[in-house]
Amino acid sequence: MSADGVNKERRRFLIATTSAMGAMGAGFAAVPFIKSWFPSARAQAVGAPVEVNVSKIEPGQIVKVQWRGQTIGVLARTDEMLQDLTQVEPELRDPGSDDAEQPDYIDSEGRALRPEFLVVNMHCTHLGCIPQLIPQVGPQPFDENWKGGFYCPCHKSKFDLAGRVYKGVPAPENLKIPPYSFLDDDTLVIGVNPGGMV
Amino acid sequence: MKINAIKTLLAVLLLALASGPAAAAGGASNLEPSGINVNDTASLQRGAKMFVNYCLSCHEASYMRYKRLSEDLGLSEEMVMDNMIFADAKIGDLMTIAMDPEDSARWFGKTPPNLTLIARARGADWLYGFLRSFYQDESGRWNNLLLPNAAMPHVMWSLQGIQVMSHGEGDEAGQLELQTPGLMSPEEYDDTIRDLVAYLDYMSEPAKLKRKNVGVWVMLFLAVFAFMAYLLKAEFWRDVH
Amino acid sequence: MSEQSGAVTKTANGLLQWVDKRLPVLDFWNAHLAKYYAPKNFNFWYYMGGFALLVLVIQILSGIFLTMHYKPSAAEAFASVEYIMRDVEWGWLIRYMHSTGASFFFIVVYLHMFRSLLYGSHRKPRELLWVFGMLIYLLLMAEAFFGYVLPWGQMSYWGAQVIINLFGAIPMIGEPLTEWIRGDFFISDATINRFFALHVIALPIALLGLVVLHLSALHQTGSNNPDGIEIKENKDEDGIPKDGIPFHPYYTVKDIFGASMFLLVFAFVIFFWPEAGGLFLEHDNFVAADPLVTPEHIKPVWYFTPFYAILKAVPDKLMGVILMGVSVGVLFLLPWLDRSPVKSIRYKGAWYKILVFSFAIAFIRLGMLGMAEGTPAQTIEMRVWTFVYFSFFILLFFLSKGGKTKPVPDRVTH
Repeated sequence: MSADGVNKERRRFLIATTSAMGAMGAGFAAVPFIKSWFPSARAQAVGAPVEVNVSKIEPGQIVKVQWRGQTIGVLARTDEMLQDLTQVEPELRDPGSDDAEQPDYIDSEGRALRPEFLVVNMHCTHLGCIPQLIPQVGPQPFDENWKGGFYCPCHKSKFDLAGRVYKGVPAPENLKIPPYSFLDDDTLVIGVNPGGMV
Repeated sequence: MKINAIKTLLAVLLLALASGPAAAAGGASNLEPSGINVNDTASLQRGAKMFVNYCLSCHEASYMRYKRLSEDLGLSEEMVMDNMIFADAKIGDLMTIAMDPEDSARWFGKTPPNLTLIARARGADWLYGFLRSFYQDESGRWNNLLLPNAAMPHVMWSLQGIQVMSHGEGDEAGQLELQTPGLMSPEEYDDTIRDLVAYLDYMSEPAKLKRKNVGVWVMLFLAVFAFMAYLLKAEFWRDVH
Repeated sequence: MSEQSGAVTKTANGLLQWVDKRLPVLDFWNAHLAKYYAPKNFNFWYYMGGFALLVLVIQILSGIFLTMHYKPSAAEAFASVEYIMRDVEWGWLIRYMHSTGASFFFIVVYLHMFRSLLYGSHRKPRELLWVFGMLIYLLLMAEAFFGYVLPWGQMSYWGAQVIINLFGAIPMIGEPLTEWIRGDFFISDATINRFFALHVIALPIALLGLVVLHLSALHQTGSNNPDGIEIKENKDEDGIPKDGIPFHPYYTVKDIFGASMFLLVFAFVIFFWPEAGGLFLEHDNFVAADPLVTPEHIKPVWYFTPFYAILKAVPDKLMGVILMGVSVGVLFLLPWLDRSPVKSIRYKGAWYKILVFSFAIAFIRLGMLGMAEGTPAQTIEMRVWTFVYFSFFILLFFLSKGGKTKPVPDRVTH
C-alpha cells in the first residue's frame, strides 16, 4: 500500500460524480415512496363529483351532501333571503369575500353561480363544526337582531345566508365555497368547475 | 480470484441442475402459446369489450376499476361509460356484478371465480387453451378438455359453434372437432379469444405496461452508476499492491 | 471561493469537535471504518454480507410503506394487497421491492453461508460470529414465513396450514400448541393479525439486534479471508496488519460498486421478472385464501424447500419433523465439526472439496425436489440427497482431523 503518484484530481472528480449520482438515485428512489401517500385511486373514486337534483329542493330549505368527506349544503334561497343579504353587510367582517376560499367564477356578493342556490362547505372556518341553518328573521337566544343565517353551536360563530362571517365571532373567514357547476337547469354537480374541469 | 469464485458458484449450480431432471415448477407445458401482446392497445380494447359482454355478468373483477380501463386502453371516460358499463356504476367504481354469490353457487354448483387475477393464477396459455376447449359430451352437457367437468357452460358457443370429442383412431382420439359451425370461423374465434386473454392478462397486472417502461430507465441509470463506481473503485485500489 | 470553503470546513470541523466531545463519533468511525483493517484479498464471495445489509434496509423501508396500506385481517388482506398493486400510486413498485427483496435476502444469505464453508470463516476464533449468523438465519426464516402468510392467497393459507401443523407432531402438547399458535381452531383472522404483529414489529427488532451483535463479533475478531490466514498475526512496526487495508475507503468504494451491480440484478427482477416464473410470487397465491379448497400442489417458497424435501423424505410425521429440525440445527455445530488444522478450502485436500460440493449439490437438489409434485421416484431421490446432506456433517467430523492439507503461506495471496 502506498500513496505515491496518486492522482488527487481524478479521485476528487470520481468521488464527486458518484456522490452526485448516488444522491440523484436516492432522490429518484424517494419519489415512489412519497407519491404513495397521495390520495389513491380508491380515495379519488370516493371523492368523485357528486350530483344533486336542485329542482327537488323547496325554497328556503337546505340539502346536505357528502363530498370528499366534507358536508356540502345546498340552500334554495327565497327572494326575501336574497334581499336581506345587502342589509347585513355592515355587520360582516368580509362582505366582498376578498379573503374567502372560493372559486373565481363565484359572484362576490351572493356567493353563487345562480343566486337562488347557495352551495357552501358547511364546516365552520373556526374549528370545523357544522353550523345550523336558522333562516327565520327575529330575536334568537344568541342574537336579538337575527337576520337569518348560519349559527355554529360550538363557539357561537355566525354567518349570513351567503355564508359570510359576522364581526366579533371566533371564525376568521367566510364559509368556503366548493368548486361546482350545473350540468343542466336541474342538476348541480359538486367537484366539477364550469367547463368540465375537475 | 474473482473469476475463480464465480466459476465455483456456476459449477455448483450446473452440477445440481445436471444431476437430475428439472423439477416441475411451472406446471404443464404442452399448452399452445397464446401469442398475446399486451402492448397492442387495439387488441386489449377488443378483449375488454368481449370481457364485459361475455364474462362480467357472472364473473366479477372486483379489484379492477373502470377508470383504469379508460386510462390504460386509450378510451375516453364517455366511451367506457357508454360501451362497457351496463350496471348502474360510476367510472371510478370497481368491476363488480349484481349477482349474489349464493345464488350463483346454487345455479352453477360453485360461485364463478373472480377473474381479476385469473391470468396470474392460471397463465395466459392455459386460458387460451381453456376457452377453446369446450365440447358437448354424449349427454349433451358442456365439458372442457383442460378442466374436466367444469361448472362453466360454453358462453361463447354461438361464436365458436359446437365441438364434440372425435371418435377417430390414433392421433385424432381425444381431439375435438367442430360439429356445428358458429358465427365465426375457427381463425376468427381464435383471434377473438386471443384478444380476450390479452385483456385478462393486462387486467391481472395493469402496472405491467408502466413497469417495463420505467424499468428500462432504472437499468440505464444503474448501469451508468455502476460504471462510475467501478472507476472510483479501480482508482482507489491502485494503492493496494 | 477558497476562503469561503475554508470557512465552511472550519465550521464543519468545529461542529464535529463539539459533537465528538459528547458522542464518540470519531472513535466509532475509526474503530469500524477508517482504522478497521480488513484483509486485502477479499473476492466475490465477500460482497454477500454487505448485500445482506442492503437488502435488510430495502425490506425495512418498503415494509414500512406497505404497512401504511395493508390491512391485516382475513376479510381484507387479499384485497388490500391488490389495492396496493393498483390503486396506490407506485404501490406495485413498493410491493415488488418487498417480495423480490425477500427472495434476494435468502439468495445472498445462502451464498454468505456457503462462503463460510469454503474459507472456514466459522472456525476458531469466529464461532460466536457464526452462531449469531445462524440465529439471524433462523429469525429470517420465521420472518419470511410470517410475511408469506400476509397476502392471504391460497399458498399463504395452505402453506401456513402445513407449517403450523408440523408443530402438531410434537407428542402430548402438539394439538394445543397449534391452537395456541393460530389463536383459533383453524387459520383465521386471529392468526393473520398476530403474524402481522410478529412480522412488522417483533422479529425486525430482534433481527436488527442480532445484526448488531453479528457485526460486533466480526469486528472483534476481524474478517477471515479466502486464504484462511489470520492477518493480525503478521503486523508491521505500527501494529497494522501487513495484509490489511483500511475498510474505508478501500472496501467502502468496492462495496459501492458491488451494491450497484447487485441493484442492477435486483431492478431487473423487479421491473421485468417479478414473479420469477412462479418462484418469488407463486401462481396459486393470486387466488384469495379459501379454507374450503386446497390447491392441487402445496409447496413452500423456494428458500424453504430443501428442508421441506427432508421432511417429505421421511415416511413418519414426527421423525420427519425431527429430522428437518436437525437439518437446520446441525449447522450451528459446524465450527466444532470441522477439526482440520487448516481453514480455507484452498489448503485442504480433495476430500474437503468433494464433501463441500456434494453438500451444496444435495442442498440445491433437495430444494428442487421440495417444490416438485412428489412422484415415487422423486421420493427416492430425496432420500438419497437427504443421506448426502447428513453424511456431510458426519464425514466432516471424522475426516477433517486427519484429512490431507497443503502448507499454508504466511501472507495472503493477492
